[in-house]
Amino acid sequence: MSAEPTATSEKTQAAAPARAARQRPVTRYWQAVGAIAWKDLRAEIRSRELINSMVLFTLMTVMVFSLALELDSDARQNVVAGVLWVTVVFAGMLGFSRSLAAEHDRGSLDALLLAPIDRSALFFGKMIGNLLFVLVISFVLMLLLTVMFNISLIEPLLVVMLLLGSVGFTTIGTLIASMSVHARARETLLPILLLPVSLPLLISAVRGSAAILNEMPSEDWLPWIQLLAVADVIFLAAAYSLFGFIVEE
Amino acid sequence: MIEIRKLTKTFGLNPVLRGLDLDVERGQFLALLGPNGSGKTTLLRILAALSRPTGGTVRIGGWDLPAEADFVRAQLGVVSHLPLLYDTLTAEENLLLFARLYDLPAEERRPRVDAVLERVGLKRRARDVVRTFSRGMQQRLAIARAILHDPAILLLDEPYTGLDQDAAALLDTLLREVAVGGRTVVMTTHDLRRGHALADRIAILSRGKIALDSPCADIDPDALPALYSDVTGAATTR
Repeated sequence: MSAEPTATSEKTQAAAPARAARQRPVTRYWQAVGAIAWKDLRAEIRSRELINSMVLFTLMTVMVFSLALELDSDARQNVVAGVLWVTVVFAGMLGFSRSLAAEHDRGSLDALLLAPIDRSALFFGKMIGNLLFVLVISFVLMLLLTVMFNISLIEPLLVVMLLLGSVGFTTIGTLIASMSVHARARETLLPILLLPVSLPLLISAVRGSAAILNEMPSEDWLPWIQLLAVADVIFLAAAYSLFGFIVEE
Repeated sequence: MIEIRKLTKTFGLNPVLRGLDLDVERGQFLALLGPNGSGKTTLLRILAALSRPTGGTVRIGGWDLPAEADFVRAQLGVVSHLPLLYDTLTAEENLLLFARLYDLPAEERRPRVDAVLERVGLKRRARDVVRTFSRGMQQRLAIARAILHDPAILLLDEPYTGLDQDAAALLDTLLREVAVGGRTVVMTTHDLRRGHALADRIAILSRGKIALDSPCADIDPDALPALYSDVTGAATTR
Protein backbone atom coordinates (compact mmCIF):
# COMPACT_ATOMS: atom_id res chain seq x y z
CA MET A 1 0.00 0.00 0.00
CA SER A 2 1.43 3.36 -0.89
CA ALA A 3 0.40 6.35 1.15
CA GLU A 4 -0.04 9.83 -0.35
CA PRO A 5 3.27 11.61 0.28
CA THR A 6 3.25 14.19 3.05
CA ALA A 7 4.40 17.75 2.45
CA THR A 8 7.76 16.97 4.07
CA SER A 9 8.45 13.86 1.99
CA GLU A 10 7.40 15.73 -1.15
CA LYS A 11 9.89 18.44 -0.28
CA THR A 12 12.63 15.85 0.22
CA GLN A 13 11.93 14.25 -3.15
CA ALA A 14 11.51 17.42 -5.11
CA ALA A 15 14.10 19.64 -3.55
CA ALA A 16 17.33 18.16 -4.91
CA PRO A 17 18.03 20.96 -7.42
CA ALA A 18 17.06 23.64 -4.94
CA ARG A 19 19.20 22.08 -2.21
CA ALA A 20 22.19 21.92 -4.55
CA ALA A 21 21.59 25.59 -5.28
CA ARG A 22 21.81 26.44 -1.59
CA GLN A 23 25.12 24.60 -1.18
CA ARG A 24 27.01 27.06 -3.36
CA PRO A 25 24.84 30.15 -3.67
CA VAL A 26 27.60 32.61 -4.60
CA THR A 27 28.96 30.55 -7.50
CA ARG A 28 25.42 29.92 -8.71
CA TYR A 29 24.52 33.60 -8.45
CA TRP A 30 27.43 34.73 -10.61
CA GLN A 31 26.95 31.83 -12.98
CA ALA A 32 23.41 33.11 -13.62
CA VAL A 33 24.64 36.71 -14.01
CA GLY A 34 27.32 35.56 -16.47
CA ALA A 35 24.87 33.38 -18.42
CA ILE A 36 22.42 36.26 -18.95
CA ALA A 37 25.12 38.76 -19.89
CA TRP A 38 26.71 36.19 -22.24
CA LYS A 39 23.31 35.58 -23.85
CA ASP A 40 22.79 39.30 -24.54
CA LEU A 41 26.30 39.64 -25.93
CA ARG A 42 26.01 36.54 -28.11
CA ALA A 43 22.61 37.59 -29.46
CA GLU A 44 23.90 41.10 -30.18
CA ILE A 45 27.05 39.87 -31.93
CA ARG A 46 24.79 37.85 -34.21
CA SER A 47 22.05 40.43 -34.87
CA ARG A 48 23.97 43.73 -34.34
CA GLU A 49 20.58 45.46 -34.02
CA LEU A 50 21.33 47.38 -30.86
CA ILE A 51 24.95 48.27 -31.34
CA ASN A 52 24.43 49.39 -34.95
CA SER A 53 21.66 51.79 -33.97
CA MET A 54 23.66 53.07 -30.99
CA VAL A 55 26.84 53.62 -33.05
CA LEU A 56 24.89 55.31 -35.84
CA PHE A 57 23.15 57.58 -33.34
CA THR A 58 26.52 58.43 -31.76
CA LEU A 59 28.07 59.24 -35.10
CA MET A 60 25.18 61.49 -36.12
CA THR A 61 25.10 63.29 -32.79
CA VAL A 62 28.84 64.05 -32.84
CA MET A 63 28.60 65.27 -36.42
CA VAL A 64 25.68 67.56 -35.59
CA PHE A 65 27.47 69.00 -32.58
CA SER A 66 30.74 69.50 -34.43
CA LEU A 67 29.00 71.27 -37.32
CA ALA A 68 26.59 73.27 -35.17
CA LEU A 69 29.11 74.54 -32.64
CA GLU A 70 31.87 76.65 -34.14
CA LEU A 71 34.19 76.84 -31.18
CA ASP A 72 37.64 78.17 -30.47
CA SER A 73 40.11 75.87 -28.69
CA ASP A 74 39.25 77.16 -25.13
CA ALA A 75 35.52 76.78 -25.61
CA ARG A 76 36.02 73.32 -27.10
CA GLN A 77 37.70 72.10 -23.88
CA ASN A 78 34.60 73.12 -21.91
CA VAL A 79 31.97 71.92 -24.33
CA VAL A 80 33.34 68.53 -25.28
CA ALA A 81 32.63 67.00 -21.83
CA GLY A 82 28.97 67.95 -22.21
CA VAL A 83 28.82 66.57 -25.75
CA LEU A 84 30.44 63.35 -24.53
CA TRP A 85 27.93 62.73 -21.72
CA VAL A 86 24.82 63.92 -23.57
CA THR A 87 25.64 61.45 -26.35
CA VAL A 88 26.36 58.60 -23.90
CA VAL A 89 23.05 59.28 -22.16
CA PHE A 90 20.88 59.33 -25.27
CA ALA A 91 22.63 56.41 -26.98
CA GLY A 92 22.37 54.49 -23.71
CA MET A 93 18.65 55.16 -23.41
CA LEU A 94 18.17 53.84 -26.94
CA GLY A 95 19.91 50.63 -25.87
CA PHE A 96 18.14 50.14 -22.50
CA SER A 97 14.72 50.61 -24.01
CA ARG A 98 15.26 48.14 -26.86
CA SER A 99 17.07 45.54 -24.77
CA LEU A 100 14.23 45.23 -22.24
CA ALA A 101 11.45 45.74 -24.80
CA ALA A 102 12.73 42.83 -26.89
CA GLU A 103 12.72 40.53 -23.83
CA HIS A 104 9.21 41.66 -22.89
CA ASP A 105 7.67 41.44 -26.37
CA ARG A 106 8.81 37.91 -27.18
CA GLY A 107 8.06 36.67 -23.65
CA SER A 108 11.64 35.64 -22.95
CA LEU A 109 11.68 37.78 -19.79
CA ASP A 110 9.17 35.27 -18.37
CA ALA A 111 11.53 32.44 -19.29
CA LEU A 112 14.28 34.12 -17.25
CA LEU A 113 11.86 34.78 -14.37
CA LEU A 114 10.88 31.10 -14.36
CA ALA A 115 14.46 30.06 -13.62
CA PRO A 116 15.24 29.33 -9.95
CA ILE A 117 17.65 32.25 -9.64
CA ASP A 118 17.67 35.34 -7.48
CA ARG A 119 15.83 38.19 -9.23
CA SER A 120 18.80 40.47 -8.67
CA ALA A 121 21.03 38.04 -10.63
CA LEU A 122 18.70 38.54 -13.57
CA PHE A 123 19.00 42.29 -13.15
CA PHE A 124 22.79 42.28 -12.96
CA GLY A 125 23.00 39.99 -15.99
CA LYS A 126 20.94 42.45 -18.04
CA MET A 127 22.74 45.42 -16.56
CA ILE A 128 26.21 44.03 -17.39
CA GLY A 129 25.06 43.35 -20.96
CA ASN A 130 23.82 46.95 -21.26
CA LEU A 131 27.00 48.27 -19.62
CA LEU A 132 29.17 46.52 -22.21
CA PHE A 133 27.21 48.21 -25.01
CA VAL A 134 27.47 51.62 -23.31
CA LEU A 135 31.22 51.13 -22.84
CA VAL A 136 31.65 50.22 -26.51
CA ILE A 137 29.73 53.39 -27.41
CA SER A 138 31.84 55.43 -24.98
CA PHE A 139 35.03 54.13 -26.57
CA VAL A 140 33.77 54.91 -30.09
CA LEU A 141 32.68 58.32 -28.85
CA MET A 142 36.10 59.12 -27.37
CA LEU A 143 37.72 58.34 -30.71
CA LEU A 144 35.13 60.35 -32.66
CA LEU A 145 35.37 63.40 -30.40
CA THR A 146 39.17 63.26 -30.51
CA VAL A 147 39.00 63.42 -34.31
CA MET A 148 36.10 65.87 -34.71
CA PHE A 149 36.99 68.30 -31.91
CA ASN A 150 40.76 67.88 -32.13
CA ILE A 151 41.12 67.24 -28.38
CA SER A 152 42.71 64.10 -26.98
CA LEU A 153 40.17 62.30 -24.83
CA ILE A 154 42.32 59.21 -24.33
CA GLU A 155 43.07 60.09 -20.69
CA PRO A 156 43.25 57.41 -17.94
CA LEU A 157 41.32 59.66 -15.54
CA LEU A 158 38.61 60.29 -18.11
CA VAL A 159 38.35 56.53 -18.65
CA VAL A 160 37.80 56.12 -14.86
CA MET A 161 35.16 58.85 -14.98
CA LEU A 162 33.44 57.17 -17.95
CA LEU A 163 33.53 53.80 -16.22
CA LEU A 164 32.01 55.14 -12.98
CA GLY A 165 29.43 57.27 -14.78
CA SER A 166 28.46 54.42 -17.11
CA VAL A 167 28.01 51.94 -14.23
CA GLY A 168 25.65 54.31 -12.38
CA PHE A 169 23.76 55.41 -15.47
CA THR A 170 23.38 51.85 -16.79
CA THR A 171 22.21 50.59 -13.38
CA ILE A 172 19.46 53.17 -13.01
CA GLY A 173 18.68 53.03 -16.74
CA THR A 174 18.19 49.25 -16.71
CA LEU A 175 16.06 49.50 -13.56
CA ILE A 176 13.78 52.19 -14.96
CA ALA A 177 13.59 50.48 -18.36
CA SER A 178 12.36 47.33 -16.60
CA MET A 179 9.67 49.44 -14.91
CA SER A 180 8.56 51.24 -18.05
CA VAL A 181 8.70 48.20 -20.36
CA HIS A 182 5.09 47.22 -19.51
CA ALA A 183 3.76 50.67 -20.38
CA ARG A 184 2.27 51.49 -23.76
CA ALA A 185 4.32 54.68 -24.14
CA ARG A 186 7.53 53.09 -22.90
CA GLU A 187 9.85 54.91 -25.35
CA THR A 188 8.56 58.24 -24.03
CA LEU A 189 8.32 57.15 -20.43
CA LEU A 190 11.93 55.99 -20.11
CA PRO A 191 13.61 59.40 -20.69
CA ILE A 192 10.92 61.20 -18.66
CA LEU A 193 11.64 58.97 -15.65
CA LEU A 194 15.35 58.40 -16.17
CA LEU A 195 16.68 61.89 -16.83
CA PRO A 196 15.57 63.53 -13.55
CA VAL A 197 16.77 60.58 -11.46
CA SER A 198 20.16 60.43 -13.14
CA LEU A 199 20.67 64.22 -13.16
CA PRO A 200 23.02 64.33 -10.10
CA LEU A 201 25.12 61.60 -11.68
CA LEU A 202 25.24 63.40 -15.04
CA ILE A 203 26.16 66.77 -13.50
CA SER A 204 28.99 65.10 -11.58
CA ALA A 205 30.19 63.32 -14.70
CA VAL A 206 30.13 66.43 -16.89
CA ARG A 207 31.79 68.70 -14.29
CA GLY A 208 34.44 66.10 -13.43
CA SER A 209 35.19 65.34 -17.09
CA ALA A 210 35.51 69.05 -17.91
CA ALA A 211 37.95 69.51 -15.00
CA ILE A 212 40.05 66.57 -16.22
CA LEU A 213 40.07 67.81 -19.84
CA ASN A 214 41.08 71.29 -18.67
CA GLU A 215 43.96 69.70 -16.69
CA MET A 216 42.77 71.24 -13.45
CA PRO A 217 44.25 70.20 -10.05
CA SER A 218 42.90 67.08 -8.34
CA GLU A 219 40.71 69.03 -5.88
CA ASP A 220 38.64 70.13 -8.88
CA TRP A 221 37.84 66.64 -10.22
CA LEU A 222 38.34 64.27 -7.26
CA PRO A 223 35.08 65.27 -5.46
CA TRP A 224 33.13 64.54 -8.66
CA ILE A 225 34.71 61.10 -8.94
CA GLN A 226 33.83 60.43 -5.29
CA LEU A 227 30.29 61.60 -5.88
CA LEU A 228 30.00 59.29 -8.90
CA ALA A 229 31.26 56.35 -6.82
CA VAL A 230 28.68 57.11 -4.09
CA ALA A 231 25.89 57.43 -6.68
CA ASP A 232 26.95 54.06 -8.17
CA VAL A 233 26.73 52.37 -4.77
CA ILE A 234 23.29 53.89 -4.09
CA PHE A 235 21.91 52.92 -7.52
CA LEU A 236 23.36 49.39 -7.30
CA ALA A 237 21.87 48.89 -3.81
CA ALA A 238 18.49 50.25 -4.97
CA ALA A 239 18.48 47.97 -8.01
CA TYR A 240 19.50 44.94 -5.92
CA SER A 241 16.62 45.42 -3.50
CA LEU A 242 13.91 46.73 -5.86
CA PHE A 243 14.17 44.68 -9.04
CA GLY A 244 12.26 41.70 -7.60
CA PHE A 245 9.27 43.90 -6.80
CA ILE A 246 9.34 45.50 -10.23
CA VAL A 247 9.21 42.29 -12.27
CA GLU A 248 6.64 40.40 -10.19
CA GLU A 249 2.93 40.89 -10.80
CA MET B 1 1.57 17.65 -5.48
CA ILE B 2 -0.34 20.91 -6.01
CA GLU B 3 -2.70 22.21 -3.31
CA ILE B 4 -4.64 25.42 -3.82
CA ARG B 5 -6.94 26.79 -1.14
CA LYS B 6 -9.22 29.84 -1.34
CA LEU B 7 -6.98 31.41 -3.97
CA THR B 8 -7.85 34.96 -4.94
CA LYS B 9 -6.18 37.29 -7.42
CA THR B 10 -7.26 40.82 -8.10
CA PHE B 11 -5.93 43.24 -10.70
CA GLY B 12 -6.86 46.69 -9.43
CA LEU B 13 -10.56 46.40 -8.60
CA ASN B 14 -11.07 43.50 -10.96
CA PRO B 15 -11.17 40.08 -9.24
CA VAL B 16 -9.91 37.35 -11.59
CA LEU B 17 -9.72 34.39 -9.21
CA ARG B 18 -12.39 34.23 -6.49
CA GLY B 19 -11.60 31.73 -3.76
CA LEU B 20 -10.44 28.89 -5.98
CA ASP B 21 -9.75 25.42 -4.49
CA LEU B 22 -7.91 22.75 -6.46
CA ASP B 23 -5.72 19.69 -5.83
CA VAL B 24 -3.57 17.93 -8.38
CA GLU B 25 -2.04 14.61 -7.38
CA ARG B 26 1.45 13.46 -8.28
CA GLY B 27 1.59 12.09 -11.84
CA GLN B 28 -1.86 13.41 -12.74
CA PHE B 29 -2.59 15.23 -16.03
CA LEU B 30 -5.16 17.97 -15.47
CA ALA B 31 -6.73 19.82 -18.39
CA LEU B 32 -7.93 23.23 -17.28
CA LEU B 33 -10.68 24.53 -19.55
CA GLY B 34 -12.58 27.78 -19.51
CA PRO B 35 -13.56 30.77 -21.64
CA ASN B 36 -11.30 33.78 -22.14
CA GLY B 37 -11.06 35.82 -18.96
CA SER B 38 -12.01 32.92 -16.70
CA GLY B 39 -8.60 33.08 -14.99
CA LYS B 40 -6.76 30.09 -16.54
CA THR B 41 -3.59 31.95 -17.46
CA THR B 42 -3.63 33.91 -14.20
CA LEU B 43 -3.83 30.63 -12.28
CA LEU B 44 -0.95 29.16 -14.27
CA ARG B 45 1.16 32.29 -13.74
CA ILE B 46 0.59 32.01 -10.01
CA LEU B 47 1.58 28.32 -10.08
CA ALA B 48 4.69 29.29 -12.09
CA ALA B 49 5.61 31.84 -9.39
CA LEU B 50 5.36 34.64 -11.96
CA SER B 51 2.48 36.31 -10.19
CA ARG B 52 1.68 36.71 -6.48
CA PRO B 53 -1.69 35.60 -5.19
CA THR B 54 -3.80 38.31 -3.56
CA GLY B 55 -5.12 35.82 -0.99
CA GLY B 56 -5.30 32.12 -0.16
CA THR B 57 -2.58 29.50 -0.13
CA VAL B 58 -0.71 27.67 -2.87
CA ARG B 59 1.56 24.75 -2.05
CA ILE B 60 3.56 22.92 -4.72
CA GLY B 61 5.62 19.84 -3.93
CA GLY B 62 5.39 20.79 -0.27
CA TRP B 63 6.71 24.31 -0.83
CA ASP B 64 4.62 27.42 -0.19
CA LEU B 65 4.15 30.13 -2.76
CA PRO B 66 5.30 32.86 -2.92
CA ALA B 67 7.55 32.47 0.14
CA GLU B 68 9.51 29.52 -1.24
CA ALA B 69 9.27 30.45 -4.91
CA ASP B 70 12.87 29.53 -5.81
CA PHE B 71 12.33 25.95 -4.61
CA VAL B 72 9.08 25.74 -6.57
CA ARG B 73 10.67 27.11 -9.75
CA ALA B 74 13.35 24.42 -9.66
CA GLN B 75 10.60 21.78 -9.97
CA LEU B 76 8.66 23.43 -12.80
CA GLY B 77 8.83 23.24 -16.57
CA VAL B 78 6.64 25.72 -18.43
CA VAL B 79 5.46 25.68 -22.04
CA SER B 80 3.46 28.71 -23.11
CA HIS B 81 1.75 29.79 -26.32
CA LEU B 82 4.87 31.96 -26.76
CA PRO B 83 8.01 29.85 -27.24
CA LEU B 84 9.98 31.83 -24.56
CA LEU B 85 13.17 31.42 -26.62
CA TYR B 86 15.82 33.74 -28.01
CA ASP B 87 15.39 33.81 -31.76
CA THR B 88 18.90 35.10 -32.50
CA LEU B 89 20.51 32.22 -30.60
CA THR B 90 20.77 28.68 -31.93
CA ALA B 91 18.66 25.86 -30.46
CA GLU B 92 21.75 24.55 -28.67
CA GLU B 93 22.72 27.98 -27.31
CA ASN B 94 19.19 28.51 -25.98
CA LEU B 95 19.24 25.21 -24.12
CA LEU B 96 22.79 25.71 -22.81
CA LEU B 97 21.70 29.10 -21.43
CA PHE B 98 18.82 27.51 -19.52
CA ALA B 99 21.02 24.59 -18.43
CA ARG B 100 23.24 27.16 -16.71
CA LEU B 101 20.30 29.06 -15.22
CA TYR B 102 18.86 25.80 -13.85
CA ASP B 103 22.29 24.98 -12.46
CA LEU B 104 22.84 21.67 -14.22
CA PRO B 105 26.39 20.46 -13.44
CA ALA B 106 28.85 21.72 -16.10
CA GLU B 107 29.82 18.23 -17.28
CA GLU B 108 26.16 17.19 -17.71
CA ARG B 109 24.96 20.23 -19.64
CA ARG B 110 25.98 19.33 -23.19
CA PRO B 111 24.97 15.62 -23.00
CA ARG B 112 21.63 16.67 -21.50
CA VAL B 113 21.06 19.30 -24.22
CA ASP B 114 21.91 16.73 -26.92
CA ALA B 115 19.56 14.21 -25.31
CA VAL B 116 16.53 16.54 -25.15
CA LEU B 117 17.15 17.82 -28.68
CA GLU B 118 17.17 14.21 -29.84
CA ARG B 119 13.91 13.52 -27.98
CA VAL B 120 12.09 16.42 -29.62
CA GLY B 121 13.54 15.58 -33.04
CA LEU B 122 15.67 18.72 -33.43
CA LYS B 123 19.17 17.24 -33.09
CA ARG B 124 20.00 17.98 -36.72
CA ARG B 125 18.92 21.63 -36.31
CA ALA B 126 20.86 22.14 -33.07
CA ARG B 127 23.18 24.77 -34.57
CA ASP B 128 20.52 26.71 -36.49
CA VAL B 129 19.26 29.99 -35.11
CA VAL B 130 15.73 29.76 -33.74
CA ARG B 131 14.29 32.47 -36.03
CA THR B 132 14.73 30.05 -38.96
CA PHE B 133 12.46 27.50 -37.23
CA SER B 134 8.78 27.01 -38.04
CA ARG B 135 6.24 27.65 -35.27
CA GLY B 136 5.93 23.92 -34.67
CA MET B 137 9.69 23.47 -34.38
CA GLN B 138 9.89 26.41 -31.96
CA GLN B 139 7.22 24.78 -29.82
CA ARG B 140 9.15 21.49 -29.84
CA LEU B 141 12.23 23.39 -28.73
CA ALA B 142 10.13 25.07 -26.03
CA ILE B 143 9.26 21.58 -24.75
CA ALA B 144 12.95 20.66 -24.81
CA ARG B 145 13.63 23.78 -22.70
CA ALA B 146 10.84 22.89 -20.29
CA ILE B 147 12.05 19.31 -19.67
CA LEU B 148 15.77 20.12 -19.75
CA HIS B 149 16.13 20.10 -15.95
CA ASP B 150 13.82 17.08 -15.59
CA PRO B 151 11.09 18.92 -13.66
CA ALA B 152 8.48 17.08 -11.59
CA ILE B 153 5.69 19.39 -12.80
CA LEU B 154 4.85 20.68 -16.27
CA LEU B 155 2.63 23.72 -16.77
CA LEU B 156 1.32 24.08 -20.31
CA ASP B 157 -0.44 27.33 -21.15
CA GLU B 158 -2.37 26.85 -24.39
CA PRO B 159 0.62 25.19 -26.09
CA TYR B 160 -1.33 24.55 -29.31
CA THR B 161 -1.97 28.21 -30.14
CA GLY B 162 -0.83 29.04 -33.66
CA LEU B 163 0.04 25.46 -34.64
CA ASP B 164 -1.30 23.89 -37.83
CA GLN B 165 -2.91 20.43 -37.67
CA ASP B 166 0.27 18.49 -38.41
CA ALA B 167 2.31 20.44 -35.87
CA ALA B 168 -0.45 20.05 -33.27
CA ALA B 169 -0.59 16.28 -33.87
CA LEU B 170 3.19 16.11 -33.49
CA LEU B 171 2.94 18.08 -30.25
CA ASP B 172 0.29 15.62 -29.00
CA THR B 173 2.67 12.73 -29.54
CA LEU B 174 5.53 14.61 -27.99
CA LEU B 175 3.53 15.56 -24.91
CA ARG B 176 2.35 11.99 -24.45
CA GLU B 177 5.69 10.30 -25.04
CA VAL B 178 8.33 12.75 -24.01
CA ALA B 179 7.13 15.41 -21.66
CA VAL B 180 4.40 13.78 -19.72
CA GLY B 181 5.89 10.41 -18.63
CA GLY B 182 5.35 10.32 -14.87
CA ARG B 183 5.15 14.09 -14.39
CA THR B 184 2.34 16.10 -12.91
CA VAL B 185 0.87 18.21 -15.71
CA VAL B 186 -1.52 21.14 -15.72
CA MET B 187 -2.54 22.27 -19.19
CA THR B 188 -4.86 25.13 -20.11
CA THR B 189 -6.56 24.82 -23.45
CA HIS B 190 -9.58 25.95 -25.44
CA ASP B 191 -9.54 22.69 -27.36
CA LEU B 192 -12.02 20.55 -25.43
CA ARG B 193 -11.47 17.33 -27.39
CA ARG B 194 -7.70 17.55 -27.19
CA GLY B 195 -7.86 18.32 -23.48
CA HIS B 196 -10.12 15.30 -22.94
CA ALA B 197 -7.91 13.03 -25.04
CA LEU B 198 -4.66 13.96 -23.30
CA ALA B 199 -5.67 14.43 -19.68
CA ASP B 200 -6.91 12.10 -16.97
CA ARG B 201 -8.92 14.84 -15.30
CA ILE B 202 -10.76 17.94 -16.47
CA ALA B 203 -11.49 21.08 -14.51
CA ILE B 204 -13.58 23.87 -15.97
CA LEU B 205 -12.86 27.34 -14.71
CA SER B 206 -15.62 29.92 -14.87
CA ARG B 207 -15.59 33.43 -13.41
CA GLY B 208 -12.54 32.72 -11.28
CA LYS B 209 -13.78 29.48 -9.69
CA ILE B 210 -13.69 25.78 -10.50
CA ALA B 211 -17.16 25.14 -11.89
CA LEU B 212 -16.63 21.47 -12.74
CA ASP B 213 -13.93 18.99 -11.73
CA SER B 214 -14.18 15.43 -12.98
CA PRO B 215 -12.07 12.48 -14.16
CA CYS B 216 -12.05 12.28 -17.97
CA ALA B 217 -13.30 8.69 -17.74
CA ASP B 218 -16.58 10.01 -16.31
CA ILE B 219 -17.16 12.44 -19.17
CA ASP B 220 -18.28 11.42 -22.64
CA PRO B 221 -16.08 13.42 -25.06
CA ASP B 222 -19.07 13.98 -27.37
CA ALA B 223 -21.07 15.46 -24.49
CA LEU B 224 -18.21 17.68 -23.33
CA PRO B 225 -19.03 20.76 -25.51
CA ALA B 226 -22.63 20.82 -24.22
CA LEU B 227 -21.44 20.31 -20.65
CA TYR B 228 -18.89 23.11 -21.10
CA SER B 229 -21.58 25.47 -22.41
CA ASP B 230 -23.89 24.61 -19.52
CA VAL B 231 -21.20 25.21 -16.93
CA THR B 232 -19.68 28.37 -18.35
CA GLY B 233 -22.55 29.85 -20.31
CA ALA B 234 -20.17 30.17 -23.26
CA ALA B 235 -20.94 28.90 -26.74
CA THR B 236 -18.54 26.33 -28.20
CA THR B 237 -18.31 24.32 -31.40
CA ARG B 238 -15.37 22.16 -30.23
